[in-house]
Amino acid sequence: MSCLQTLSDYGLRSIGYGERLLPKADITLCEQFVLIGSGMIWNIYFAILALLLGFFLSTILALGKNSNFWLFSNFSRTFIFIFRGSPLFIQFFFAYELFVILPKLGVDLDLGFVTITLETRWFTKAWLGALIVLFFNTSAYAGEIFYGALRAVPSQDIESADAFGLTGIKKFRRIIWPTMLRLAWPSYTNEAIFMFHATTLVFFTGFPAWQQKGDAIYYASYFADKTFNPFVPYPIVGFYFILLTLVLIGLFSIINRYLNKHLPSQERKKLKINTHSLIR
Amino acid sequence: MFSYCADPKTLEGLMWLSCYITTVKHMSFYVSFLVVMGLISLAAPLAMAFGFAGAIASRSSIKVFRYLGKTYLAMIRGIPDIVFFLFIPIALDQAFEYLRHKVLCPEVTEAIRQGNDFVVCTAAKLPLSSASEWVHDFYGFSLALLAFGFVFGAFTGNVLLGAMSAVPKAQLETGEAFGFSPRQIFRRILLKQMWVYALPGLSNLWMILIKATPLLFLLGIEDIVYWAKELGGIKTGVYEYPHPDWRAWYFGVLLIFYLLLTYLSQLVFDKLTFRLSLGQATMAGKSN
Repeated sequence: MSCLQTLSDYGLRSIGYGERLLPKADITLCEQFVLIGSGMIWNIYFAILALLLGFFLSTILALGKNSNFWLFSNFSRTFIFIFRGSPLFIQFFFAYELFVILPKLGVDLDLGFVTITLETRWFTKAWLGALIVLFFNTSAYAGEIFYGALRAVPSQDIESADAFGLTGIKKFRRIIWPTMLRLAWPSYTNEAIFMFHATTLVFFTGFPAWQQKGDAIYYASYFADKTFNPFVPYPIVGFYFILLTLVLIGLFSIINRYLNKHLPSQERKKLKINTHSLIR
Repeated sequence: MFSYCADPKTLEGLMWLSCYITTVKHMSFYVSFLVVMGLISLAAPLAMAFGFAGAIASRSSIKVFRYLGKTYLAMIRGIPDIVFFLFIPIALDQAFEYLRHKVLCPEVTEAIRQGNDFVVCTAAKLPLSSASEWVHDFYGFSLALLAFGFVFGAFTGNVLLGAMSAVPKAQLETGEAFGFSPRQIFRRILLKQMWVYALPGLSNLWMILIKATPLLFLLGIEDIVYWAKELGGIKTGVYEYPHPDWRAWYFGVLLIFYLLLTYLSQLVFDKLTFRLSLGQATMAGKSN
């Protein structure tokens, strides 16, 4: 079987298109590359959605932690502490078991004019349940980063804004927010990389891979299991992740350049990719 | 545990609960908490050793060591560490068995890799199939510990390397001016001063180490996650203590355990930072 044939059979296997049965015997290198690459679709899906949604919630959490209103402040602090203080792995397990014991049939939300039936069974599926956990987790970590940056916004900037008569939302959107983002961006880039790498945890935890539609690590461990040779599939996962991490860094450094473009070149913040564990 | 626990079916309320949480299986559950603590306290010094070796090697004047050290420290940047956690125990296990096979059974000429199978002679199996239960557990734990040491060693190495280059150059040059040899400068000046620069990074790594311990479960060790799944699952009437699906509660307990652990560590590190920065020529040192 040619490699192109394999590509058309298994290229979209992880989202349910193409050949149903996974290769069982005589596994070729091509099959490993294609299936693991197909699994990467899930990693990318989780990373992009969690990061996009998390960007907004983390800004809200950062503002909350900085707020004088005790309810908002305490809520943000507790949220950040819970998601940063416990392992993501346990969060996945806990969330999954919690979603399982939710009423199976669905909850009717009566909004007065229209009734929405929330399908709670979707929560136990990885595409929604795991996404929620990743979303909350990245929000907490990025919230802490944004909070640190918010505290570091120069007071002169805020005084100038006051002098120009900017208040409320306008002051935040025009002055504080861009500076906060600029200061936080190098750390936030690291957070995005961690989030991307943390997506490998999804199918190891409670969330089952339905009809063998799993992520890259799911297929890698499948191949390691079938071939008793971990030396091929895991390095392939590593290869894909390095490649996409480079793409991610590229995207974030474009945004970084945009955020810094008004500054003289020696004051611009450089992206520096830190090394931290990706398990948290 | 208690004398009234002989017939759990007749018990109710708190009496039932007190018997339920003291069963033999629950005792194993509590012991696994100690295993987690043990892993943390053993992996931390091991990672320090690996990291120190890596940091020194990557500053070495010998080319081979330098490349080895740099590769070790850089490797962890691009690849998710979970890949290493899965890969290292299997790779180590196969490497040990391969070596033992070559030494112990030289008469076997068949290939070890037969297609997709990894076959070694019975004498080379690790641990031996005749070994008792605890040997298997201990072997699995040791492989996991090595994996933790290796991965966290690379992180620690990066932190230590950063701390070494953060020590003010003038301090080292002063040593040179006094006629210290490079070794003496390293030992007496660099090594003494780097810790305060390393502390934020190390405390961060300690937190991450704590939060990485549930990975033991992935390596097939009967840790807290395993027991939480085992004990929390639905128990039908055939069990002594039937109950519905309680896994969410068990994982809730684990969540609280980890939150407590990280909270207490944070308190300790705050104290330590305060102590170490006393008298330092930094903003923190000046302000108190």
